[in-house]
Formats: sequence, structure tokens, C-alpha cells
Amino acid sequence: MDEILHGTYEAARLIVTLDRDLLEIIVLSLKVTLTAVAIASLIGLPMGAWLAVNRFRFRRIVIAVLNALMGLPPVVVGLFVYMMLSRSGPFGAMGLLFTPSAMIIAQVLIITPLIASISHQTIRDLWAQYHDLLISLNATRGQRIMSLLWDGRRALLTAMLAGFGRAVGEVGAIMIVGGNIEHATRVLTTAIALETGRGNFAFAMGLGMVLIAIAVLVNLAIHGLGRTERSSVW
Amino acid sequence: MPTSQGISLPAGPAGPAALGERAESGRAASILPLRLRGAMARARGKVLIGPIDLDITRRGLTIVMGPNGAGKTTLLRLMHGLQRLSAGEIIWSAPQSQVRDRQAFVFQSPVMMRRSVLDNIAYPLVLHGVARADARAQAAEMATEMGLGGLLDQPAPVLSGGEQQKLSLARALIRAPEILFLDEPCANLDGRATREIEAILQKAQGDGTRIVMSTHNMGQARRMAQDVVFMYDGKVHECAEATGFFEDRPKTPEATGFINGDIVE
Amino acid sequence: MMLIRAWAVVSLLALAGVAHADEMRLAVTTSFDNSGLAAVLLPRIKADLDLDIQMIVVGTGQALRLGEAGDVDAILVHSRAAEDAFVAAGHATHRREIMYNDFVLIGPGHDPAGIARAGSAAQAFGLLAQARAPFVSRGDDSGTHNKELALWQKAGVDPGAQGAWYRAAGASMGATLNTASGMNAYVMADRASWLNFGNKGDLRLLFSGDPVLFNQYAYLPVNPARHTHVKAALAAKLEGWLVSDMAAGLINAYKVNGEQLFTFNARP
Repeated sequence: MDEILHGTYEAARLIVTLDRDLLEIIVLSLKVTLTAVAIASLIGLPMGAWLAVNRFRFRRIVIAVLNALMGLPPVVVGLFVYMMLSRSGPFGAMGLLFTPSAMIIAQVLIITPLIASISHQTIRDLWAQYHDLLISLNATRGQRIMSLLWDGRRALLTAMLAGFGRAVGEVGAIMIVGGNIEHATRVLTTAIALETGRGNFAFAMGLGMVLIAIAVLVNLAIHGLGRTERSSVW
Repeated sequence: MPTSQGISLPAGPAGPAALGERAESGRAASILPLRLRGAMARARGKVLIGPIDLDITRRGLTIVMGPNGAGKTTLLRLMHGLQRLSAGEIIWSAPQSQVRDRQAFVFQSPVMMRRSVLDNIAYPLVLHGVARADARAQAAEMATEMGLGGLLDQPAPVLSGGEQQKLSLARALIRAPEILFLDEPCANLDGRATREIEAILQKAQGDGTRIVMSTHNMGQARRMAQDVVFMYDGKVHECAEATGFFEDRPKTPEATGFINGDIVE
Repeated sequence: MMLIRAWAVVSLLALAGVAHADEMRLAVTTSFDNSGLAAVLLPRIKADLDLDIQMIVVGTGQALRLGEAGDVDAILVHSRAAEDAFVAAGHATHRREIMYNDFVLIGPGHDPAGIARAGSAAQAFGLLAQARAPFVSRGDDSGTHNKELALWQKAGVDPGAQGAWYRAAGASMGATLNTASGMNAYVMADRASWLNFGNKGDLRLLFSGDPVLFNQYAYLPVNPARHTHVKAALAAKLEGWLVSDMAAGLINAYKVNGEQLFTFNARP
């Protein structure tokens, strides 16, 4: 019980003092995760829409694989990205290992299936509603996908936030490919893992609360910008 | 045997003004008349409708009638191209590439896009390359004409049933289609909304849009129809001018029963 | 859309204040990082050599793999047999001993197995087996784990064949200490990790000092013949510093809770 109390105190102290190191860690966490969400959305949203609108031979298999990939342990993704980016791996020459770019790549791989799968479900329902109208209006394939993405944007924002939630709290993969290097690749989650390993539970809890606070703020900011919760109908 | 051969129906009472307006829009030759020859629609080996022979002339307002399951909706969707043709021919009077963009369809349950009323109505214009500002200006004008002027910025899904169907009509008419198909557009509406819809349709027809509409409502059929297609069991049972159909009695017992209000199965 | 805007703001924030010194990557073991010594050495290295050391903190096994793959420029580990094999395989140019610390045996304060009175590490491990007192092992093939297995062997005990009192955690030093603290069990740890560990609970240091428990740290620069991109010059520069009198002074003077952790023993 004591640890939780201490953790709350520690979180308050961290936020009030907001020292440079903590700020750096927070900024890097946000930068890595928001970039990963942006890239994963650029891939996942149209992919989900495309899967919802098109009928092709291996569609069921692709969707099943996508849903299965959502459950992939991040550590496995981390190991895979490590092997790809290692100097001894196929993309080693790019020198991306132990950089924020490597962490972004790992997170994109982790959350793209999630975003694609949720957007597929959303768009599929919307497509069922719009199907006849869009065919009747002779919309091209691209126009259909764009219209569905636009009109489904609020639900898709939820998909993106789900991706953000999974990415911002992820530790296994980014620990492997980022290396948790101080002043270079240390983010909130890897710092929490580090402090937990050191037995500094209160400090780790404090960082955890900062992480939650940031996740809540990002959610509120994005909902605010998207005005998601103001109109219940759309 | 029901008669199902095509009957060329006379042109409706289109005024010269309407003709002029059509010509002004600078279009190529009309896509009408539309002819169906032995047209059939199948699904999973089962015949939905057909074979059907039918001519839709350049002008007029055709009402498609018949009991539930007779194939009215399928016939409209087949003509519009939403239902795949399994056999026979559907012949437009213009090349296939032109016909899709010059017709419109209003569904029984309105499809409301998750946008504002204004953006819903402007949508077909935007799809066809009209600049957003122009499209919205035209849509606003159309909406006002239909009595939706006060609702432009409302989200379409929150409109009442009648408003939603008027929006559907506005969206269907915004590109001044040569032919408009309507599938029981007033099925779920009250009398006032029905009257408003009918007025809009009369005006659209006056402006030169060919109208083909299915309905269950005998009163509506009598008020609106210039000619009638009576469907029964997937086939066009009778095709006649409205006056003849309603006043001189239909030729087949099913149609007679139907307009008399008998239960026709 | 809005995300891009947020991202731009964040990027700008992150870009502010980037300085450029030489950088090299050093894989170190968790026990070294837990000691806190790095926090003393790195700023000094930066001042003396204008060199930023990016530490990758991993287990010995993973550190060796990173070196083998050329993903780091040098490694600092403590597992003699594995190091020799690493050099023999040509992954490192050579092995340089820098310093040692020691392992300690930790256990519940009332010491049911009575290892505090043991005359040697082997005897202490024998007592643990006899008492069948709960013991948490790293179980992760790390340097510490390998050392522990060697000590069991010395005591004539095969822990794998023992009962439920022997728990292989398969985790890092910190996580293993947390587990031991939770179970109030015996555990072997490096002194540095133990002293800096914040969740001791009822655990006490019960046995230490036997020379077999000494834990030699060695520095291995990755072979540039194998990986041309490796920063061999910087690695050599760092090695020169690590064996210098400056390093000796800082390492021997480093204390946690008044206790010296490391003994410098590099030969010039």
C-alpha cells in the first residue's frame, strides 16, 4: 500500500519539478508514439477500408491474418525488427538500430494490424449502409474509400487512439530495438522497466502515473480537436 | 398468360419550356428511351424477375405496382444497374459510358451520409468534379427549394423521416438526371411529407426528368401515374396508360383484384 | 491531420538542444548499470575525451550477441568462459580486464539455512540444499546465472534435480531480487545490484568474501575486421581511458552506503 502512496507522491513531485531529463523522456515518448500512430494510420486506415470495400480471393485469409497479428507479442516484433536492422541483418547498413527510428518501425508493425482491423470493422458497417448509394452515384473505387474514411473519421479516430494506447504503453519491443539508451532512446516505459528492476517502485509508479496522465491528455486533445464526444449521432 | 410484351407508351405532357431547359444543358442525345428485352435477374440459380420486355419512353411518370415480392424493387434496381442482368438486354439510347451519370435512384429507406444536410446534397456534384464552393452553393439553393433551407448545417442522420427523404430527393436531383428511379419513397412517411414529396416529383417531371417509381399506395398511384406497370410474380403483368388502367379496369384478374384492394398473393 | 500538427510541435521540442560529440555504443551488463558507477564514469569520459557513451544495458548473453552482430562498438561484461570463446571466434580483437566486484548471498534475516556461519561459498550452497530453503535463481543464462551454477557444482548439488525450493525466475537481476523479496527467499546477486536495490524487505546480506565469488569485468572491443563500420578508434580511446589512473581512482573510490563496490585491476 505504501508504495502506491509513495508512487502518487513521486508522480506529483515529478510533474511539479518537471526536470530536464524527465521532459526529454516524455517528449521522446510522444514523438516516437505519435509518429508511429501517424504512419500506422496512413497504412492501416486505407488498408482497412480497402479490405471492407473489395471482394477478392484471399480476403478472408488476409482478415484472419490481420486479426491474428493484433495478438502478436511485441517482444517478437522487437526481435524481428532487431534482426532486420542489426548490422548483420538485411537493413543493417542503414544504421537504424538503437535509434528512435527503430522504435518507430517496431511500433508501426505492432499497431498497424490493430488500426487496420478496427478500421476494417468500422468501414465494413458504414459500407453496408452506403453501398447502394455510392454505386448509384457512380463513385470510383478511390472516391468510395475516401468518402468512407472521411465519414467514418470519428470511429477511425478511436482506432487511432487504440493504436496510440497500445504503442505508448509498449515496452518489450522498444527495449530491444531502442536499447533504452539514456538521452537517446529512453522513453517512459523503458524507464519504468529500468526503475522497477532497480527496485525503485515508488519512482517507477510515479513515472507510470505520468504516462497515464499523458495518455489521458492526448486522448482529450484529440477528441477535442475531432469534437468526437459532442455529437452522439455522427 | 400474362401479357409481358413491351408497350410503347406515349410521351407525357412535357411542356416546351422543359424541352428547352434540357437542350440548354448542352448534353448529347438523350439516354432515353430505355428498352428491356427479355431481361432477367437471377440470384443463386433462382429467377428473381423476368423475362421482361418493357419500354421507358422519354417523358412521363411511370408507376410500378404490384404485391410484395412481385419484383418491383428488383426491376428498378435492374434498370438502374444495381442489380446484375442475368439474361436478355437493357438498351439505353446512348453509349453505356454516359448512362450511369445521367440517372439517379431514391431508396425506400433513405441513405444518410454522416455529413451535414448541405454536404449530403452537394456530394454528387463534388464526386463529379464540381468545386466544393460551387457545389455547396447549388446544394443550398436546391435545399431551400425543397424546404430544407433551415437545416443546412444539421447532421443528416438526425433529420426526421420526411426530411431525410426530401434530402434524398434533393441529392438525387442535384445533377438534373434524365431519369429518376424511386423505390417506394413514401412508404414510411405521413400524409404531409408524402404530399410534399409528390409536389417535388411533379415539378421535377415538369422540368424534364423522367420518373419511374414503385409504390404500394393506391392513392398515390392514381394521383401521380401517367402510365402503370403492374408486376406480379416477377413478371410485368400489365402495362397501360394510367387512365385506361384505373378507369377501364385492368385486363388481368390479379391486377383487378389488386386495385380493388383484394389481397393478392 | 491534427496528429501531424501535434507531431510537428513535438519534433521541434525534441530538436531543441542537440549537441554533437563523438558517440560510441557500449553494451554493458545489468549488474554494471545497477551499480551506478556509470553515472560517475560517463561524465568524466565526456569531459576528458569529448565522447558520448551510449550504453545498451542487457544480459551478458545478449551483449555478446550484439557484439557479434556488430551492433555495438565494444562490450563490458563478466563471464570469463564466454568472453574467451568470443575472442577465439574473432568477434573481438582482445579481452582487457578492467576491475572486479563480487557476488553476495542474500536471504531472509532469520537465515533458516544458517549460511551466515558458512566457511566458504561452496559450504553455504551445500547448506542451502540441505535446508531446502527457497532459492530464486536468475535462470536466464546470464553471467550471474552461470556463476551460480558453477558454485552449485562446486558444492556437489545439481539444482535442476531439486524440488520446488529451487525457482528459476528467468529474469534480470532486478526482477529476480524483486521475486526473492516477495518470496522472502535466498538469492545470489552482485553486490552493486544488491546495494542499490530499493525493495529489500526482510532480505539481508548473509554471506560474502570468498574469492570464488569475485566477478571480473572485462572490456572487449568489437573486431573492425569483421564489421568495418565499428568505431574502433573510439573504442581504443575508451579502453585507454578505462585502464588509466584517472579511471582507477574513480572506480576504487566509488562507494554505495559507505561500501566500496569495485576494485580496479587493469594492467597498464
